[in-house]
Amino acid sequence: MTRQDELLPRTRRSFLVEAAAIAGAAGVGLPLGSKPAAATPASMRAAIRKIVGEAPLNRGKIKIDVPALIENGNAVPFTVSCESPMTESDHVKAIHLFTEKNPQPNVISVQLGPRAGRASVSTRIRLADTQKVVAIAQMSDGSFWSDDAEVVVTLAACLEES
Amino acid sequence: MARALINVPPKAKRGEVIEIKTLISHTMETGFRPDNTGKAIPRDIITDFVCKYNGQEIFRAELFPAIAANPFLSFFTVATESGTLSFEWTGDNGFSATESVNISVE
Repeated sequence: MTRQDELLPRTRRSFLVEAAAIAGAAGVGLPLGSKPAAATPASMRAAIRKIVGEAPLNRGKIKIDVPALIENGNAVPFTVSCESPMTESDHVKAIHLFTEKNPQPNVISVQLGPRAGRASVSTRIRLADTQKVVAIAQMSDGSFWSDDAEVVVTLAACLEES
Repeated sequence: MARALINVPPKAKRGEVIEIKTLISHTMETGFRPDNTGKAIPRDIITDFVCKYNGQEIFRAELFPAIAANPFLSFFTVATESGTLSFEWTGDNGFSATESVNISVE
């Protein structure tokens, strides 16, 4: 009797362990099947390197304006502005925007010129997860400036029907 | 033809920095979203946007799937002369839309 008592919980435990393992495997398998490859901080860095090349990336001048907490990642209001006199000799040539954990690191690339008057662009972006967004400004003198912002997203884009 | 909304001040002083706001109706299907059968819905996005001031390009944007549906873009330009601002969107599956507005500069 005592032997059986000893055996019974053991088999039940092993059953539970097995069940958990199966559920775990299914849980892991599901996102693998339905979720496409996500960008990683490394792929974001690679995308940034592609734009910047070997030039040093300075902090400052450019400024991201985005809410710190987002309820719906499907449309996040986003403004990026850059300090610049916007003259023929000194202006912002391009602004690039990257994300860390969206399926693709690139978000938007904008080309400006001295006729822009003010280096500021607003749009609405999708964010798949709580993550860091990085903006990079390319100046007419060839220098690069960056800023980043952490955004907390409660409802992610890309996965649910919008 | 996709519906586009453009907001440009109709009148401006010479040299004034004006804001241009554009919005166009488009699903911006990312290509990463699965349908009912689990297959990814093919990508269908606007990839390029160009704004020209009297034929001269003043703003260009390359869009990626991370831009929200119904792409909204707002940017600035210096009002130099009276004329037309033309806008052009192009994208996947031969998508193309154009719009133009007049501006008078004093």
